[in-house]
Amino acid sequence: MMQTTRRGVLGAAGAALVAPRLASAQAQARTLRFVPQANLSNIDPVWSTAVVVRNHGLMIYDTLYGLGADFQPKPQMAAGHEISDEGRRWTITLRPGLRFHDGAPVLARDCVASIARWAKRDVLGQRLDGLLDGMRAIDDTHFEIRMKRAWPGLAFALGKPSANICAIMPERVAQTDPFQQIQDFTGSGPFRFLRDEFRAGDRVHYAKFDGYESRNEPTDFLAGGKPVHFDRVEWRVMPDPSTAAAALQNNEVDWWETPLPDLLPLLRRNRDIVVDLVNDAGNLGVLRFNFLHPPFDNPAVRRAILPALDQRAFMDAAVGTDPEMSRVPAGAFTPGMPLANEAGLEVLSGPRNLAAAQRALRESGYAGQRVAMLSGTDIPVLQNLSVVAADLLARIGFNVDLQAMDWGTHIQRRTNRGPVEQGGWSAFCTTWEGFDVSVPGSHQPIRGHGAAAWAGWPTIPRLEELREAWFEAPDLAAEKRIAEEMQRVVWQEVPFIPLGQVLPRMAYRRSITGVVKGGPALFWGVRQA
Amino acid sequence: MFAYIVRRVLATIPVMAIVALFVFSLLYIAPGDPAAVIAGDQATPDDVERIRASLGLDRPYLVRFGAWVWDIANGDLGVSIFTNLPVSTMIQQRIEPTLSLMIVTLILAVSIAVPMGVMAAWRQGTWIDRAVMGFAVLGFSVPVFVVGYVLAYIFALELDWLPVQGYTPLSRGFWPWFENLILPSVALGSVYIALIARITRATMLEVLQQDYIRTARAKGLNQSGILFLHALKNAAVPIITVIGLGIALLIGGAVVTESVFAIPGLGRLTVDAILRRDYPVIQGVVLLFSFIYVLVNLAIDLAYTLFDPRIRY
Repeated sequence: MMQTTRRGVLGAAGAALVAPRLASAQAQARTLRFVPQANLSNIDPVWSTAVVVRNHGLMIYDTLYGLGADFQPKPQMAAGHEISDEGRRWTITLRPGLRFHDGAPVLARDCVASIARWAKRDVLGQRLDGLLDGMRAIDDTHFEIRMKRAWPGLAFALGKPSANICAIMPERVAQTDPFQQIQDFTGSGPFRFLRDEFRAGDRVHYAKFDGYESRNEPTDFLAGGKPVHFDRVEWRVMPDPSTAAAALQNNEVDWWETPLPDLLPLLRRNRDIVVDLVNDAGNLGVLRFNFLHPPFDNPAVRRAILPALDQRAFMDAAVGTDPEMSRVPAGAFTPGMPLANEAGLEVLSGPRNLAAAQRALRESGYAGQRVAMLSGTDIPVLQNLSVVAADLLARIGFNVDLQAMDWGTHIQRRTNRGPVEQGGWSAFCTTWEGFDVSVPGSHQPIRGHGAAAWAGWPTIPRLEELREAWFEAPDLAAEKRIAEEMQRVVWQEVPFIPLGQVLPRMAYRRSITGVVKGGPALFWGVRQA
Repeated sequence: MFAYIVRRVLATIPVMAIVALFVFSLLYIAPGDPAAVIAGDQATPDDVERIRASLGLDRPYLVRFGAWVWDIANGDLGVSIFTNLPVSTMIQQRIEPTLSLMIVTLILAVSIAVPMGVMAAWRQGTWIDRAVMGFAVLGFSVPVFVVGYVLAYIFALELDWLPVQGYTPLSRGFWPWFENLILPSVALGSVYIALIARITRATMLEVLQQDYIRTARAKGLNQSGILFLHALKNAAVPIITVIGLGIALLIGGAVVTESVFAIPGLGRLTVDAILRRDYPVIQGVVLLFSFIYVLVNLAIDLAYTLFDPRIRY
């Protein structure tokens, strides 16, 4: 008969206490705990343009093409394509072995349906929709896209990372009305979305998809191999930045996507934490004007601001004085990207001259109309940009009315096309994801198609002509020439003023390594150190 | 008594109806458009309109209100505009953390504040009284989120005794559940402790002047018997009233506490829904909070009869 001793009981109690911690540590080693930039409020990357939804989409869906670190499109799910009929017919071949998360093979008809749904919502997709002459599956692994005109940028559009991504879904899912959310989250990417564990505003869990057929190539941003080294990825939504910082320091999470600039010095002091520039496309700050009503319906009034606008002041207010956190001067296209250029940039990079701006405003015919500047107070970067802009406009001589509101009100108020007296607006500040404003095709602030344009509704036919020319540009050199010309038009017509490039940092524990750089947080390639 | 309870429960129906009308109307006239939020920066006006139509937001006020009331009458709180999940499911997912936080806070606050108030009254004018009152002033003055950050810094980051954030369901064990609630409950309870301690002290001071207390002393009863059996029982009615009213304070404080400690409760759900203009979720949660508040008040009214036999319903 076994004897119960005091030592035995103590040993067993100790083991019972330690065992769960050991099991927890082992589970932790196989799980990546990540704090996303925002709550995943919905789960359909074609229905929503939210960046966090795009990031979720990149996990569970694969794309036909993916951008490499050089921002050029490369085949991803596609094995390749043939272009015929003077560029109007693309025949795309799928890689063998591709599977959806339910085990079904990815077929050409799935891709056709996915592209068709995406083309109704995405800005470049809508371009394809307008050009489309027909699209059909030839067989299970080949499909063709016929266009009325050649479009060399089709692979870029199908592989771009800016929202909305062209996520490949099963045909039955992709047949959902593009203006309704999908209900079936069977994906094609390297991670499976665990819907049963999803708690909106709290946790989003993913499991490695064992049936994912990664390309047998090195990881190249959104192209190449997508090897997964964790069994699970758990997103933990934390609305409070201080809590997220404390959780990272306390080893309760591994990776925080968007630490506040104010907290970076604290995190840098911790030897277990790396503060890193992962997304070097960053975000472009933008001061936007309403073209429909005085005073900004007058180009001379808009131009009057340029001599006094100091991008450095805006960036310091937005993300602090650390020069690594932002980049100036910034032109109309994302600095550091292929189409960024210096054309006419001296209007913003030369010596600042408040007196010249005041003089230009006096000569513009400005009659003291009230300038309603909208400020979204729940997004600190935008609020800070708005405050600096309001101060600048007031010093130049505008009659500024800075109106603070939450983001939900702000975004609705912007849709009001009436004059200020009827609840309209005059100007606001925002940021655009660097990828969006890196090329004319997805660059909304640079568009000039009037009533259909982004809030502000400028009518600038020359910008639209140049955008059309960009779509048909045969090579990068031609694209660059067009981008330079567009930037010159921006300084003349001033549909917006770039305020500088924000270069947000990510913070992660040294226990992980291999974070893929170039854009948003990606979960392939990253592994336990 | 039973008839009274039935009457009170039935009385909640018009109260809830008024709350429903108020919340719906308030959201209708409030600025903000979920369709614009969903559509995002790149959307064209046509996109926003199509989304608005698909959500039924383009229908007239009365049609929308009627449809919503009809759904509620049929036990359906609607579907979240953003997550597409039923509101009842979202509430079900979030109610456990909030209830846990409130219950632990309530137990903690009452078990600390009442003895503190009694001690302060008993030792009126001494350093104990001044210390209790000083603590009460501090509890009222320091915001919940500051207390939360300070506690997290000391007990999680510096001492590594407790987790900084998160919530573990009770089904995964008592200690994992409780350790996540200690810091938030202390933070949330600080104002509550201050409130109850002050009221307990004030009421006890009044009761301790009564003749029957002098009689009890003259009979030779010991001090704790006098304080906790005779005085506290007679001081209980105002204290219970404050505890009941304080539930509203807890609901409000839970919003902040849940954000600071990343607890996925109803408070955070409400804030997220308000910021995004997720109307069905806001309406559902506010209705639920109103219902809880009405029930708590009923429970408080019934509790009076336990402490004061003169009260009859």
